[in-house]
Amino acid sequence: MIHQYQLNGYNIVLDVNSGGVHVVDDITYEMIQMLTPPLRGACPKDVADRLSEKYTKQEIAEAYHDVYTLYENDILFSDDEYEQFSDMMVSSPVKAMCLHVAHDCNLRCSYCFASTGDFGEGRKLLDAETGKKAIDFLLVQSKDRRNLELDFFGGEPLMNFGVVKEIVAYARSKEKEYHKNFRFTITTNGMLLNDPVIDYINQEMSNVVLSIDGRKEVNDRVRVRCDGSGSYDSIVPKYQRLVEKRGQDQYYVRGTFTKYNLDFAKDVMHLHELGFDQVSVEPVVSDPKLPYALTEADLPRIFEEYETLARQLIEKRKKGEGFNFFHFMLDLDQGPCAIKRLRGCGCGNEYVAVTPDGDIYPCHQFVGMEEWKMGSVLDNTFDLKKKSYFAKANIYGKEGCKDCWAKFYCSGGCNANNLQYAGDVLRPHKLSCELEKKRLECAIMMKAAMADES
Amino acid sequence: MKHIKTLNKANLKKSAAKGGCGECQASCQSACKTSCTVANQKCEHAK
Ligand code: SF4
Ligand code: SF4
Ligand code: SF4
Repeated sequence: MIHQYQLNGYNIVLDVNSGGVHVVDDITYEMIQMLTPPLRGACPKDVADRLSEKYTKQEIAEAYHDVYTLYENDILFSDDEYEQFSDMMVSSPVKAMCLHVAHDCNLRCSYCFASTGDFGEGRKLLDAETGKKAIDFLLVQSKDRRNLELDFFGGEPLMNFGVVKEIVAYARSKEKEYHKNFRFTITTNGMLLNDPVIDYINQEMSNVVLSIDGRKEVNDRVRVRCDGSGSYDSIVPKYQRLVEKRGQDQYYVRGTFTKYNLDFAKDVMHLHELGFDQVSVEPVVSDPKLPYALTEADLPRIFEEYETLARQLIEKRKKGEGFNFFHFMLDLDQGPCAIKRLRGCGCGNEYVAVTPDGDIYPCHQFVGMEEWKMGSVLDNTFDLKKKSYFAKANIYGKEGCKDCWAKFYCSGGCNANNLQYAGDVLRPHKLSCELEKKRLECAIMMKAAMADES
Repeated sequence: MKHIKTLNKANLKKSAAKGGCGECQASCQSACKTSCTVANQKCEHAK
């Protein structure tokens, strides 16, 4: 399988199974469009005939020679040899957990999937005892996995900061005995950050996600306090201080774009101008009936905006002022292995979410959907049938993913979005697919542009 | 090669043979928590 497209003046051919990315000239681009594997040593006559209207015999022969060389090297029209690994897409140890330390929030962001923090279940804080039971659950369920991830999430986790600290200390105290290495992360809206909290986060958290949507008017339209006033002026200086003190790049300022700011490239650039070089701004996923929802009709405009952003980033990078935009980050040589790529997000299988009540859910976005509850860390119940269902939510289990050119980059999309907006965990949410594919095309094109430099 | 410039050296197929150890970050933990993107993640063994 291949995927070819033209963007920003580049002819790009992606060989899906090998991951080979080729930038080709016009004749080669047209030729590849006409070819179907298996290839032979000489250009098929009908293809050569059609190309001869525009190109000389020699050009055609040369281009074919190059194409054939790639084919022989197994980086063009390469075969799908991955079915043999499909038995590796099974239940695996639980090694990552999203711990909901506070089902409460001090902001009232209108697009919040947690219904302003309480996930529709009433405002609640996790107590330390339940938190420790969650750690115990992870220590046992992670079996032979060494690296464990724990994300403090909410609502707003800093509303329960004392418990966060207690849980971190508890987990650390168990690392040796269980041969584990905990990596903590925290996602915060910034309101409660101050120097001691910042120092603690910088010392203990291997990653920190700082929520902000971009320009002041964009942020403050949606990310508001209970009294309706915006959060921008309060959080920006705190984030700047945190990042400055942190002195490394394991953090993200993270925002959401909606129908209200389809010119979101400006927000990305704005966040960079504020001094942040790890930026993530993502499409809101919501009920299409809501006023800020993105719909199919917005796609052309969003695509255009992604292209604009990609071009701006290229320009910056060429000037040595580049920064990371999460959804364009792509490592063509050292990314994750193919197995990881085919396995999916891990939701409900190697990753679970735990609520203040100790309830286990497949992931943070399933929290509150009673029918998806998997068990409880309080009485150590854990629904293994649900777990194997989610283990099958990989590329081979989802409608259309196996034949999608983006499968090694997307990994099958978001189960929660699929369920909520396409009606089934195993049915990809089309709008998300279109966005994912566009981002990938941009990310690959940026590689082509940067390779052009050197 | 005159007509084609290949941007990467690695072949994804080779990564499958030794892959799948499961020690790397769960995809959704990285930044957004609203979507799955794996290609921007790192292998624990990549040095
Ligand atoms: S750590 Fe590397 S080899 Fe192991 S599953 Fe992750 S990407 Fe694959
Ligand atoms: S883009 Fe959609 S169809 Fe393609 S792999 Fe991702 S979820 Fe599946
Ligand atoms: S289902 Fe969606 S939100 Fe949940 S872990 Fe997977 S990608 Fe993340």
